[in-house]
Amino acid sequence: MSNINILAQRRQKLLALKALRSSPVVPAHKEEACPSCGKLVARRDLSDHHYVCPLCGYHHPVGAYYRLSLVLDKGTFRELEVNLISNDPLQFPDYKDKLDQARRRTGMGEGVVTALGRIGGYLVAVGALDSRFLMGSMSAALGEKVTRLIEYAGKNKLPLILFSASGGARMQEGILSLMQMAKTAAALERFSRKGGFYISVLTHPTTGGVTASFASLGDILLAEPGALIGFAGPRVIEQTIGQKLPEGFQRAEYLLEHGFLDAVVPRDRLRDVLIQLLRLHGKGGDIRG
Amino acid sequence: MANRDLTPAERVALARHPGRPGTADFIAALISDFFEQRGDRFFGDDGSILGGVGLFHGRPVTVIGHRKGKTLEEHMAYNFGMPSPEGYRKAQRLLRQAEKFRRPVITFIDTSGAYPGLEAEARGQGEAIAETLALLSSLTVPVISVVTGEGGSGGALALGVGNRVLMLENAVYSVLSPEGFASILWKDASRSAEACEVMKLTAADLLSMGVIDAVIPEPEGGAHENPHVLYQVLDTTLVRELGALEKQSGAALAAGRYKKFRAMGLNAVRKERT
Ligand SMILES: [Zn+2]
Repeated sequence: MSNINILAQRRQKLLALKALRSSPVVPAHKEEACPSCGKLVARRDLSDHHYVCPLCGYHHPVGAYYRLSLVLDKGTFRELEVNLISNDPLQFPDYKDKLDQARRRTGMGEGVVTALGRIGGYLVAVGALDSRFLMGSMSAALGEKVTRLIEYAGKNKLPLILFSASGGARMQEGILSLMQMAKTAAALERFSRKGGFYISVLTHPTTGGVTASFASLGDILLAEPGALIGFAGPRVIEQTIGQKLPEGFQRAEYLLEHGFLDAVVPRDRLRDVLIQLLRLHGKGGDIRG
Repeated sequence: MANRDLTPAERVALARHPGRPGTADFIAALISDFFEQRGDRFFGDDGSILGGVGLFHGRPVTVIGHRKGKTLEEHMAYNFGMPSPEGYRKAQRLLRQAEKFRRPVITFIDTSGAYPGLEAEARGQGEAIAETLALLSSLTVPVISVVTGEGGSGGALALGVGNRVLMLENAVYSVLSPEGFASILWKDASRSAEACEVMKLTAADLLSMGVIDAVIPEPEGGAHENPHVLYQVLDTTLVRELGALEKQSGAALAAGRYKKFRAMGLNAVRKERT
């Protein structure tokens, strides 16, 4: 076997291991009740269906490594900036402990995994946020990793794909969390003006500063069925307007209807749709310098 | 500075003082021949963002700012300064014109945040803010942003991607209102005074973190006590800052703004072998 094949195998093994840790929590018993339809679903059925309920189609949130393992060609995952983590800039009470817990629980250094990989043979710069890491909230480290990925894509003339899942700002990093919105939006604007092609995939839930920055700035915006997507969270809106929100409000299908998405794509179709879009765009527009 | 000993919570109160001068006052005091531009050309006009073109010391500038209003009728008409997507899309329209006509841009920031309402969400509040950030970041004309009162959340930042970001001494700027912060982090909005302490939201805090470039002193007791003194200081500051920026090429202005925001939070991350 050639060195390249061995390397690819090793990469695939690593991603598979991380993906396993990154898939939804596995309870000891063999069946669990679907949070949407309430029916009991065998664990095995769930994992065979990419954690989509085979009975009602409910898309369980999944971790970043698992997400990437679903769309990347086998053996092509190469993680970038794996060691970039938060520095607790405001010395915020209890924040260090929270970060340590999140790191132990998820095996991640921060709430986003960024990587170089191939999808259907196309080389891409790809990132996925993970809602299990402090709600995928926007820290300076998360913003920095996303920005470095955007710049990497620009420099190497690669299409960019980001899977978002975020509860909004990282409160413990205060204004520095907020500033990541400007940083990522500015980096994407530069990337776009050079002809870079960016697919943003919004997954459940994507809210707050991530929605109001990089997640909304794709050339193509896709979402998973049922994903909650918005700037303000539903609870805040209900408190503000003093009334219950209508059924389906801020869900992917609602956004599609209101003109804010190109398509709602079920998880088992996502890889094919990405390949189609990469085929149609190549590396993007007339990418210069 | 005259207000050295105030606590963060006291500054929050001053930043929200009903008599505090706002965008309309700054325009009246500093800009001559002002023409207000209204509407987003898609859906409506959002009065919570006031914008237009006027003369600053004889040269045309685009001015855009949050507007809370002073009377109850104004508060209602301007939604207490909490913009809807139409406000941000109006701002985008004005920014494109500033670029086209090579006018410097001055923004005044004073909002508790973008409006968290049903219609605002239905019409894409997140997308509107994101596009405004992206557009503002790329302009090739000078942009000066002044945080004048409350700088709350993404709704404030949308107007804050300036080459220079200045802040009035008693203004505050934060990821969320102290009440919202306490409510999310501690599930207790009444702990907002405590939130003010830990959030590092005062001008001095933000200057030391490199988030803003300079603090503009206010008269003793706050801007509302003697607004004309503040207008004078603000005028002198803007003349100086604008003069320096106008010496730069368009490309240098865009590059400088990118570099400035690209560096935000770099001290907040580190590399660690895991
Ligand atoms: Zn189900």
